[in-house]
Amino acid sequence: MNIGVVVFPGSNCDHDCQYIFRDVLGQDVTMVWHKEASLTRLDAVILPGGFSYGDYLRTGAIARFSPVMGAVKKYAADGGLVLGICNGFQILLEAGLLPGAMLRNQSLHFICNDVHVRVENAATPFTSACKPSQVLKIPIAHADGNYYTDPVTLAGLQANAQIVLRYCTPDGKVTSGGNPNGSLDNIAGVCNAAGNVLGLMPHPERCAESVLGNDDGRLILASLVEGMKKAKPQTVGE
Amino acid sequence: MKAKIHVTLKQGILDPQGKAIEHALDMLGFKRAANVRVGKYMELDLNQTDRAKAEAEVKAMCEKLLANTIIEEYRFELG
Repeated sequence: MNIGVVVFPGSNCDHDCQYIFRDVLGQDVTMVWHKEASLTRLDAVILPGGFSYGDYLRTGAIARFSPVMGAVKKYAADGGLVLGICNGFQILLEAGLLPGAMLRNQSLHFICNDVHVRVENAATPFTSACKPSQVLKIPIAHADGNYYTDPVTLAGLQANAQIVLRYCTPDGKVTSGGNPNGSLDNIAGVCNAAGNVLGLMPHPERCAESVLGNDDGRLILASLVEGMKKAKPQTVGE
Repeated sequence: MKAKIHVTLKQGILDPQGKAIEHALDMLGFKRAANVRVGKYMELDLNQTDRAKAEAEVKAMCEKLLANTIIEEYRFELG
C-alpha cells in the first residue's frame, strides 16, 4: 500500500505522517511536492498539518490553489481516500472538498493541548477500528479550528452522519465544557457525503505509538490502512 | 486604477477579535463604542482603464481568493 503525503511550503507535520505510516504502520510512503500536477498510483492521500503559505490571508486559502490540489480533487471525485489533518483540514475546506469554514478559536488563543473526541461515525474508512462513541484522547494545535457552517449544511451533515468526530469531555459528554475552540456542534472532524474524504483538527499522527504514552491516534491511521485495502487504487493525471 | 478592498466577517458570525477590542475600549472609557468588527484591508493596482471591467475583475478576485464567502463579506472602491 502506497500513501502519498503532500508537502506544501510551510507543512510541518509531513515527516510525522511519513514516519507513522512507514515506520510504525509498515506502509510505503511517497512524499508529493505541491507543484506536482498529477499523482502517481496511490492508495491514499494525506494533507498534513502545518502552516502552508504562512497561513497568509486565511488558513489554507493559498494552498488550495497549489497545482497538486487539482489532482487531489480528481482523486477524491474518483473515490480515492483523502485525509486532511489540521492545516490539511483547513485546505480541504477552502478547496470545497469539505463543507464549512474555520473561524479563529473563540478564546483567540493558539491552543496546544490534549483534547477528547467522540467517534460519532465508526463506519468510515478512517474510523473502522474504533468502537461507536469511543472516546479518543488526541492533541490539537491550532489557532483557527472553530468550525462554522450555515444551518442548512449543518443539518445535512447531521442527517448524513458526516460529523465523524466531536469534541467531548473525558467521559464522552458532548458539552460546551468539552469544546476547546467554540466549534459549531462540537465538530472536530467531518467527512464528505461519499465518505472518502475526512478532515479533522486533532493530530492522530502525534499520538500513535505506545512509547509516547498515548496511541489513541493509531486507531484513526490504522483504520485508514485497512480502508485502503478495500478501496480501489487510484491514478490521477496524464 | 487602484482597488481598495475590505473583507470582514459576515454580520451574525461571532467575531472574537472584535469582542476583545470592544471590551478593551469599554475599559478605557469609550462607553459609546459598540459592535466592533475586525477585518482585512487590501489594496492593489489594476492595469485596467474600463471601470466596469475593473469592477468585474475585483469581484472575481474577492469571490475566488480574497474572501471566503461562507464566513466573510467584502466591499471595494475603485479609484
